[in-house]
Amino acid sequence: MNEIKKFVATGLTIAGMCYGSIALSQTKAGEALLDRYASAGAKNFSAARGEALWNQKFTHAKSGQKRSCTTCHTSDLRKPGKHARTGKIIEPLAPSVNATRLSNEKKIEKWFLRNCKWTLGRKCTPQEKGDFLSYMSNQ
Amino acid sequence: MKPTRLLAIISLSAITAGIVVTAMADDDRRYSDSWGAKTLPGVAPVDLPLYQDECGSCHMAYQPGLLPAPSWEKLMSGLDDHFGENAELPENERQTILNYLLDNAAGRSNYRASNKLMRNIRGAPIRITELPYFVHEHREIPSRLVTGNPKVRSLSYCNACHTQANKGSYDEHQIYIPGYGRYDD
Repeated sequence: MNEIKKFVATGLTIAGMCYGSIALSQTKAGEALLDRYASAGAKNFSAARGEALWNQKFTHAKSGQKRSCTTCHTSDLRKPGKHARTGKIIEPLAPSVNATRLSNEKKIEKWFLRNCKWTLGRKCTPQEKGDFLSYMSNQ
Repeated sequence: MKPTRLLAIISLSAITAGIVVTAMADDDRRYSDSWGAKTLPGVAPVDLPLYQDECGSCHMAYQPGLLPAPSWEKLMSGLDDHFGENAELPENERQTILNYLLDNAAGRSNYRASNKLMRNIRGAPIRITELPYFVHEHREIPSRLVTGNPKVRSLSYCNACHTQANKGSYDEHQIYIPGYGRYDD
């Protein structure tokens, strides 16, 4: 009986560790940014909300064009994308296939600024950026 | 004053003036000779990693010597609407890149293609494709090879056909038009 208890306990510990490592698969830079977004009032970051926003289409005011993150990056972050204007190949964003991604705070913030303005027509809120990061880091 | 003395002064001044004029002409010639002798082919390759990273992530990092300084200044002051795209940079990086572009702009770096691109420019055009020399050099290329060619699409994509464009070489013998082949005019 004791053996079984021990076995189950070990199993649970391992499962817990695995779960923990999945839930915390945030990069160091990503973590620092999440902290910063949290101190700006954002909370309960959600990968699901990030994914929904990633795929949401926005209408560009000037051109009437439909734009979303997927326009350039596609809906599969493990695959390369293509710049909508210049056609230049964009390397995959998913840290699981491209270790250089989400590793530099300044770079993440720079592209959030540029690409939120291009896609949503405005800056993203700390909440939205946190949700995006949670989604991207798990890819 | 005795006439002979006056004559001496006049002739002496004439000689001096002659020497000065000759010296100036000589100096000018030496200057232009040295400019011409030191001209390098093509345009200076990009040698600032920050520029390569920041500008090269969306398009070819166009060499600074492809536009004159006033054009770069104008372009770099409107990065929030960069040909319809948002290309904003943190101010310190914008400054670093702007300084690099200004220091190496056409007219300030002695490269043959840059020197030619300076010809007949009016105002501060921000499109390389609108510079008179650029237009002249590309005037005979049929549009089906460029805009009508899905692998080229526009004259803006230098490296679509200029195989060594990334290194600052636009030699006509290094042209390869996708779906067409070599192009010598």
